[in-house]
Amino acid sequence: MDFLVSNFAEILFYILAGLAVLGSVGVITLKNPVHAALSLLGTFFIVAVLFVLQHAEFLAAVQVMVYAGGIMVLFLFVIMLVSVRDLKTQAAFLSPLVPVAVIGAILVGALIASAVLLGVFASGSGSAEALQMVDGEVLGNTEAVGMVLYTKYLVPFEVVSVVLLVAMIGAIVFGRKDRFIEEPEGEVGL
Amino acid sequence: MITATHYLILSLMMFSLGLIGVMVRRNFITVLMSLELIFNAVNLNLIAFSFRLGDLSGQILAIFVITVAAAEAAIGLGLIIALTRLKDTVILDDANEMRG
Repeated sequence: MDFLVSNFAEILFYILAGLAVLGSVGVITLKNPVHAALSLLGTFFIVAVLFVLQHAEFLAAVQVMVYAGGIMVLFLFVIMLVSVRDLKTQAAFLSPLVPVAVIGAILVGALIASAVLLGVFASGSGSAEALQMVDGEVLGNTEAVGMVLYTKYLVPFEVVSVVLLVAMIGAIVFGRKDRFIEEPEGEVGL
Repeated sequence: MITATHYLILSLMMFSLGLIGVMVRRNFITVLMSLELIFNAVNLNLIAFSFRLGDLSGQILAIFVITVAAAEAAIGLGLIIALTRLKDTVILDDANEMRG
């Protein structure tokens, strides 16, 4: 019991990390897209908890609202709309797995090395106050994020709104029904 | 004590799994979900460094990443709808109009 109390943060992290990796494995291995989407949803929630553990409370809320609330609903809608069960079934995975495995192994080795190296540079234990500071006063994470976002990062904020607008127009254009019919030579359509 | 390396290794595992999913799966919807996994791994990295270095810029960048991920999901799912309408499939190998 003493061990549990004194090592609570470590135990919590390892449980959450294991669940996150499990969810990620589920996303890429489950055959049914609905099951994969639900696995991804679980991974999103666990990542949100990991955000809270690192004093990014505002981002945890955004993660739950935007990812779990918005993007997952979009995915599930599309899965139901295209009714994947009725489409012709083929093998879910590509057949030449060996080159993929070789590329993946090289990449993972390089990334592990860089992760360990980078982790040494940022070896501080971290402080919550720095993430809640507004004008030298400790208020809260949301206030601090808003202060930095609307002053220092105002121009990128405006630019990213244009990105969203373009994405919305693009999605509407892709989703239009008569787009592929009114081509002069209607055989391929693109 | 949980250091930045712990979070980096976890994010590395999620990133690699997402990348493997993008390379290996043939279902367009699952490929997009693997992409979301990659975005989440990147966000985890940004938040880990933001906390350790005491700098809010990492969190701001993570907000931008989430925005771009939402835009990407909307575009990708629109592409899935268009592909299903054109060829009645979500299998990427069947979209071979450009002989790729």
